[in-house]
Amino acid sequence: MNNQIIQLIQSAIQFGTVIMFGAIGEILTEKSGNLNLGVPGIMYLGGIAGLAASFLYEFNNPDPSKLVCLLLSFLAAFLAAALGGLLYSFLTITLRANQNVTGLTLTIFGGGVANFFGGTLNTMAGGVGQISVATTSSVYRANIPGLSTMGVPGRLLFSYGFMVYLSIVVAIVMAWFLNRTRRGLNLRAVGENPATADAAGINVTRYKYVATCVGAGISGLGGLYYTMDYIKGTWANDGTIESLGWLAVALVIFATWRSLNAVWGSYLFGLLFWVYLIIPGLGRRDIALFNMLPYLVTIAVLIFVSLRNKKENQPPASLGLSYFREER
Amino acid sequence: MEQTYAIQMKNITKRFGKVVANDHVSLDIKRGEILSLLGENGSGKTTLMNMLAGIYFPDEGEILVNGQSVTIASPKDAFDCGIGMIHQHFKLVDVFTAAENIVLGLDGQQRLDLKAASAKIKEICEKYGFVIDPSKKVYNMSVSEKQTVEIVKVLYRGADILILDEPTAVLTPQETDRLFDVMRNMKADGKAMVIITHKLNEVMEVSDRVAVLRKGQYIGDVATSDTNPQKLTDMMVGHAVTLNIDRPLVENRHLRLEVKDLTVLTPDGVKALDGVSFEAFGGEILGVAGISGSGQKELLESIAGLRSAQPGSHVIYHPPSPDEPIAGTHAPVDRKGEELLGKTVRQIHNIGVSMAFVPEDRLGMGLVGSMGMADNMMLKTYRSGKGPLLNRKPPRELAEKVKAELDVLTPSINTPVRRLSGGNVQKVLVGREIAQEPSVLMTAYAVRGLDINTSYTIYNLLTAEKLKGVAVIYVGEDLDVLLELCDRILVLCGGQVSGVVDARTTTKEEVGMLMTRFRKEAAEA
Amino acid sequence: MTQVKQHKDPLLRIAKRDAIGRPKAYAIRLIGVLLSLLVSGAFIFAVTKLNPIQVYNAIFDGAFGTERRSWVTIRDAMMLLCIGVGLAPAFKMKFWNIGAEGQILIGGIVTAGLMRAFGSTLPTPVLLLLMAVMSLLAGCVWGVIPATFKAVWNTNETLFTLMMNYVAIQLTSYFVALWENPIGSNTVGVINQRTRAGWFPELLGQSYTLNVILVMALAIGMFLYLKYSKQGYEISVVGDSENTARYAGINVKKVTIRTMAISGAICGMAGFIEVAGVSHTISTSTAGGRGFTAIIVAWLAQFNTFVMILISFLLVFLQKGATQIASQFNLNDYASNIITGIILFFILGSEFFINYRVIVRGGKEGSAK
Repeated sequence: MNNQIIQLIQSAIQFGTVIMFGAIGEILTEKSGNLNLGVPGIMYLGGIAGLAASFLYEFNNPDPSKLVCLLLSFLAAFLAAALGGLLYSFLTITLRANQNVTGLTLTIFGGGVANFFGGTLNTMAGGVGQISVATTSSVYRANIPGLSTMGVPGRLLFSYGFMVYLSIVVAIVMAWFLNRTRRGLNLRAVGENPATADAAGINVTRYKYVATCVGAGISGLGGLYYTMDYIKGTWANDGTIESLGWLAVALVIFATWRSLNAVWGSYLFGLLFWVYLIIPGLGRRDIALFNMLPYLVTIAVLIFVSLRNKKENQPPASLGLSYFREER
Repeated sequence: MEQTYAIQMKNITKRFGKVVANDHVSLDIKRGEILSLLGENGSGKTTLMNMLAGIYFPDEGEILVNGQSVTIASPKDAFDCGIGMIHQHFKLVDVFTAAENIVLGLDGQQRLDLKAASAKIKEICEKYGFVIDPSKKVYNMSVSEKQTVEIVKVLYRGADILILDEPTAVLTPQETDRLFDVMRNMKADGKAMVIITHKLNEVMEVSDRVAVLRKGQYIGDVATSDTNPQKLTDMMVGHAVTLNIDRPLVENRHLRLEVKDLTVLTPDGVKALDGVSFEAFGGEILGVAGISGSGQKELLESIAGLRSAQPGSHVIYHPPSPDEPIAGTHAPVDRKGEELLGKTVRQIHNIGVSMAFVPEDRLGMGLVGSMGMADNMMLKTYRSGKGPLLNRKPPRELAEKVKAELDVLTPSINTPVRRLSGGNVQKVLVGREIAQEPSVLMTAYAVRGLDINTSYTIYNLLTAEKLKGVAVIYVGEDLDVLLELCDRILVLCGGQVSGVVDARTTTKEEVGMLMTRFRKEAAEA
Repeated sequence: MTQVKQHKDPLLRIAKRDAIGRPKAYAIRLIGVLLSLLVSGAFIFAVTKLNPIQVYNAIFDGAFGTERRSWVTIRDAMMLLCIGVGLAPAFKMKFWNIGAEGQILIGGIVTAGLMRAFGSTLPTPVLLLLMAVMSLLAGCVWGVIPATFKAVWNTNETLFTLMMNYVAIQLTSYFVALWENPIGSNTVGVINQRTRAGWFPELLGQSYTLNVILVMALAIGMFLYLKYSKQGYEISVVGDSENTARYAGINVKKVTIRTMAISGAICGMAGFIEVAGVSHTISTSTAGGRGFTAIIVAWLAQFNTFVMILISFLLVFLQKGATQIASQFNLNDYASNIITGIILFFILGSEFFINYRVIVRGGKEGSAK
């Protein structure tokens, strides 16, 4: 197979993995009826927390243990992002603040926190571009020995860090959870019709809190994958995570709230984003236009879904609304 | 004999603000019987049953289930007592299948085993004679199927006391028969059932015992075999109450609205109105009676230009002739009459039809809740005057006038009307509609939730409009008022006209029978 | 038989407030703002070890320390206000226009393009007028597209306008690459730096006087439009209840599209002011997230443009202060985003206490005997 095409597919899968985490987390959140527009901020929080944890560990330990690096960064990313979700949950569920406005604020806040501390870490590390968590990054980037060099299939399927595979596992588990478990069913009912769920004895508030916090944690892993693998354990205040975060929100719509669709959807977005690589003779201008494709495709899906008006493809019916029992 | 009682409610009182919905009601429900809970709209039937279902909590009184005193504070508590209620508005998730809806919220192993659930559902269905497809999505279901899902949902949870809130209101006669068969099967299985209804034929057909509520009070119970529709009607409506509403007769009445074969579909494609024809005259109040949901809302909204009707329907407006007292204020239109259907609200207004409409949903349709009285006064007239700017002077003056004349209690005419009490909101709405000097005035449940004094204010306003030569259409639910306020009464039943009677000569029983399609039997009784 | 568990009333219960006086509502918001200032102060203290008084001093110094800084503060507040003013009618109609970011960029692209193309041929006043009109139209188109789909097919406008932002950002990247100057810099550079053609002229000796005049005119105009015009009245009715609007004979579709045309146009105009009146260049960060921040400004002000002035100034004031502290302590100025976030979280949270009451309940009610 053409080397260029292999590279394209590899780039697409890596790109897709970042937004897939973001989207799967947001799918879980939205299934509970919370439209969290704070995904970019949450991915920022996940990215910086993972980086900061492993940096502080590596910085203070001349001989860092790989396992500690991994656990520390992974947990820090998940927890920091889940805390972002908790903040959002408290404001929107308990205090009934407007979801859109709260989400946007979380995006501003998360971006601020991440870039502020990212900049500080860069300074601590000795200047912009100097930060590097080589050990941790190597864990995230490790391939399965032997397999990744096995010709074209090896390069296509086995040349990635473990989080690429983890994202697929998470997507499958999420689909199983939502469709095949009682809690998944209850959660979907909360997002569709909280009054009905309430009448059926489901604790609406608890489901919303848990789904939003866990969803945020999963989204945060997208930020972690981005810093550790995609940009190899460094930090750049260039706003990329934010644009990827919005793409994750787009992917949720594109996937019509199904996590398995998010898998191929994310790779498709990656392909659309990187497709210029295999088209010869493109300037930067044309690349900018090509990078518009994922958003245009999402708009097309959005319109198509509203035109077709098929029930299964609609957003959860109570998405964006807060629930107050006495208002029924 | 305590054991035979599934439920005993003792001295239950429930108040909503100042309104007493249930006043020391005591009611027993026995095992293996179907009890009809009979009463007019607003008599407190649903409220009483909602306290068994855990929706409301009684202010006073005690509930015993199987002889034991219980507290039912949530739907879950009700399930735990074996009580299941099938509400009029189904509580189902549209995008879920029947099986998913049925197992929703249940405890059990984490893996969702829909196959096992489906098998159990099938078992229940076979036992009682239901027909449902567990894998069918709710949004694809007919109303009757949805109701079946609700009933199975309750049975699946092991309920042995079932409450059905007006289950037949949405069913066809065939579906009703099937439901009754199922109910008899469940009765044979030893379950206790309550059917809330105001349809006498169904009471006679399916129930063993009838308990009657009237205006929140328990009137009594009687074995179905010992009674007949005539006696039940008497219990339900009570003796005619004299309200002393002034009802002058206008000699000179003019045809104003001609409704012909009006058929209107709901968004689901069900006929909300089916070939409705009638005439409304200037100088009279035409009452519209009927069980709620018989097409009243659709009727008024179609006339007002807010709903589209099926082909072949007509609503013809006849403008006031020059010799009528209200003619001066109305622009002449085509003398032969003007078709209103197919026109928008604006178009109807622009051809000179002056129509006032007091809708049922006061804050959701008639008024802007976040605006004050003044700004609400110009809801229909804000376009008047040249230029892009509003002229707030006339509405402000009108607001002050309405406030003074109708005694609207509000801190200021700029206080958002959402913050006013129900009666004051209604005065604002009616005041505005009358102020536009209409030739047709339609009101839906104009006195619902209002105290006596305010109600009389509204009656007097409507009568004053009638005397001016306005055609008033009054949709109401209190038969006493309809009988004393209106000149003629149009009775709707299931979207059809079941009769038009002279309000001065008819009886409460006759109207009640028409509302429930019981004219023939009434004559025989 | 089944034993039913006793029912306990929760310790804290929430009920909707009927009405709350305006002074009390503002007092609650003020408490929110003060709390947020405390927390922001604590954050700055934690990072810099400045004592609180020094912190607030430094913030004030950053925002108003020199005449130049004061003008920059005013300029940025005007920018935020302008976008907020643009969003006000859409949000008043309950149309979630998250797309200000894109509408600003589109206006900016058009302005920059015209500035480059006609800088040497048209006199500045004519050029300014041309740029203003065209940027307005561009923003208008960008707003009308999602509005039309919303009106006709009920397509979700929150997500649609959000996507339109990124289409606009990529379009900006395209034009930045197209107009790159000098080659290889990946920026457009300052357009017409020598001739200053198409730049806002200095008025009364200040570079940003025209910005202030334009934005204040828009703010006052929007206040009057929403409060005193027939169209503004229609927007309020549609925003309150579409059913009521139909009852009143208002064409909801028409009002939706028209209002978004206005909203998009003013946001496009904000792009014009930013490019012609502030930066004289275009980049993907021309909007810089202010399209999002302004949503919050408009929302918190409840669409009252005069209250928006206050909120815009408060936010920009703190941002400038944070930037100042950051540069003093060699930190980066993303600190200002953190502080913006903190303030907004607190104000959002305080709205709850305006709309709801928390009832503390002792004793039980109706327990089983």
